[in-house]
Amino acid sequence: MERREFIKLASATAALAAIPGCASVGGGKSIGRVVVVGGGYAGATAAKYVRMWGPDIEVTLVERNTDFVSCPLSNLVLSGGKSIKDLTVSYNKLGSKYGVKVINDEVTAIDAAKRTVTLARGTALSYDRLIVAPGIDFMYDTIPGLSNAAAQENVLHAWKAGPQTVALRKQLEAMPDGGVFAISIPKAPFRCPPGPYERACLVAAYLSKHKPKSKVLILDANEEVVAKKGLFTKAWKDLYPGMVEYRANSELVDVDVKTLTAKLQFEDVKANVLNVIPPQRAGKIAAGAGLITANNRWCGVDYLTFESVAHKNIHVLGDAILAAPKMPKSGHVANQHAKVCAAAVVALMHGEAVYAAPVIANTCYSFVNETQAVHVSAIYKYDTAGKTMASVPDSGGLSSAATDIEGMYAEGWAQNIWADMLG
Amino acid sequence: MKKIASAICVSGVLAFCAGAVQAADDVGGRNLAAACAACHGTNGHAVPGMAAMAGMDKTYIVKVMQEFKTGKRPATLMHQIAKGYSDDQIALIADYYSKQK
Ligand code: HEC
Repeated sequence: MERREFIKLASATAALAAIPGCASVGGGKSIGRVVVVGGGYAGATAAKYVRMWGPDIEVTLVERNTDFVSCPLSNLVLSGGKSIKDLTVSYNKLGSKYGVKVINDEVTAIDAAKRTVTLARGTALSYDRLIVAPGIDFMYDTIPGLSNAAAQENVLHAWKAGPQTVALRKQLEAMPDGGVFAISIPKAPFRCPPGPYERACLVAAYLSKHKPKSKVLILDANEEVVAKKGLFTKAWKDLYPGMVEYRANSELVDVDVKTLTAKLQFEDVKANVLNVIPPQRAGKIAAGAGLITANNRWCGVDYLTFESVAHKNIHVLGDAILAAPKMPKSGHVANQHAKVCAAAVVALMHGEAVYAAPVIANTCYSFVNETQAVHVSAIYKYDTAGKTMASVPDSGGLSSAATDIEGMYAEGWAQNIWADMLG
Repeated sequence: MKKIASAICVSGVLAFCAGAVQAADDVGGRNLAAACAACHGTNGHAVPGMAAMAGMDKTYIVKVMQEFKTGKRPATLMHQIAKGYSDDQIALIADYYSKQK
């Protein structure tokens, strides 16, 4: 090292020692604690990135499941191409590589005034900043026939990957050839807008191979296919001719579980396997903590920090937030929320300015059969005037057609985003 | 000073101070690049299935992104992504990834 450089280095060291937080270096003392509630696409990413960008911040992640199981790609479990194991990733590296303290427990209450969270089993945790990434809860109160647990085990949602996904696959296996698989889609917004239509494709892929006389009936509460309309419509027509029937404006009013009947406003539809994706709202803990600010369903946030508009020092991410117009509730978007939030939390805890020009992306891949996929993409940047995230003009778009190469990229996307959050 | 400070911070001795001394551009590059990481890996360290960008030449990244933007380079998706970024933003991202080991 040159002498001149050495002097600079020495004075830099002295200067750094004067910065609060740096004094703690040798001892590794932290400048504060962040608690993250929920280890999905949003929460796990936030936990990792806060530690990565703010190594002097202590991070505790509370997650009720022992492993992460991905919803994206889980429709491939229904077609038979994947098992839940293929979609499962351990939380271990968050601890071993990034020093996140992972607690397998459930947060039952948040006290915003005292800055503490209560756990179902463990002792309460205090925080300087809380990141709540609770995902969604199902509004079963809107479907009287599904209000009890036994009914919910017969008419599955399979909209959180895991046991329900496996159970739905078993129902399909038990369905007679010539049977009807009916899927009910709630009014938007809901988690993963292309997901139900991808599911119709992949169930049809399974049925056309094993039970070719069967039908896939899509009962959509919306006026039209909510995502990738042209691509899905083409897939149903070309890949599964005569098998998939799409009905718009078919909102579910109730279910008769005994007869597997979907009750719509003007008709009843009987199925052999009935799959109901119920209307959704922010995960339960958000309601308890007073974080829900819109339509009694979603959590309003400041898009520069993802801090709740209702409570200081509490940030909300992922599917639970009141999303900016056209920003879908997707795993990819949740990952992006988490990074904007992590950067802001690290800056705020260091007394620095929050980055004022975030740009984030969305990409949702959907499989139309076991190997071919299509995507929709979008780029959003912070709109200072509207205080929201707005699509960048002329950016983003759709696949021109379903291809094998995009099927491979969809796999590549999954492996990489899982590694980005947990690896 | 900026260079020296970051040299100290990556040396590990004062790694905890990195946040305190990072210049605005570095933070901007880091934050913008993080959006790409969902597909291209944390700090550009991709796992198989997507291109790794860590340590890629800065001018190469800028050139490729421009080619995606204009449609000169065939792509399934990147043309749509590249159009979402200004030249300045691409330069910041390229600079960030080129410096990752
Ligand atoms: C949803 C996944 C996804 C995201 C997000 C994404 N990329 Fe890509 N990237 C791809 C794919 C797929 C390709 C291959 C080209 C194609 O078919 O579009 C690629 C190719 C590239 C290449 C060419 C690599 C080479 O040498 O062949 C570069 C450079 C690149 N991306 C940069 C970026 C940058 C910078 C960002 C963030 C602004 C970004 N990508 C975000 C999926 C993604």
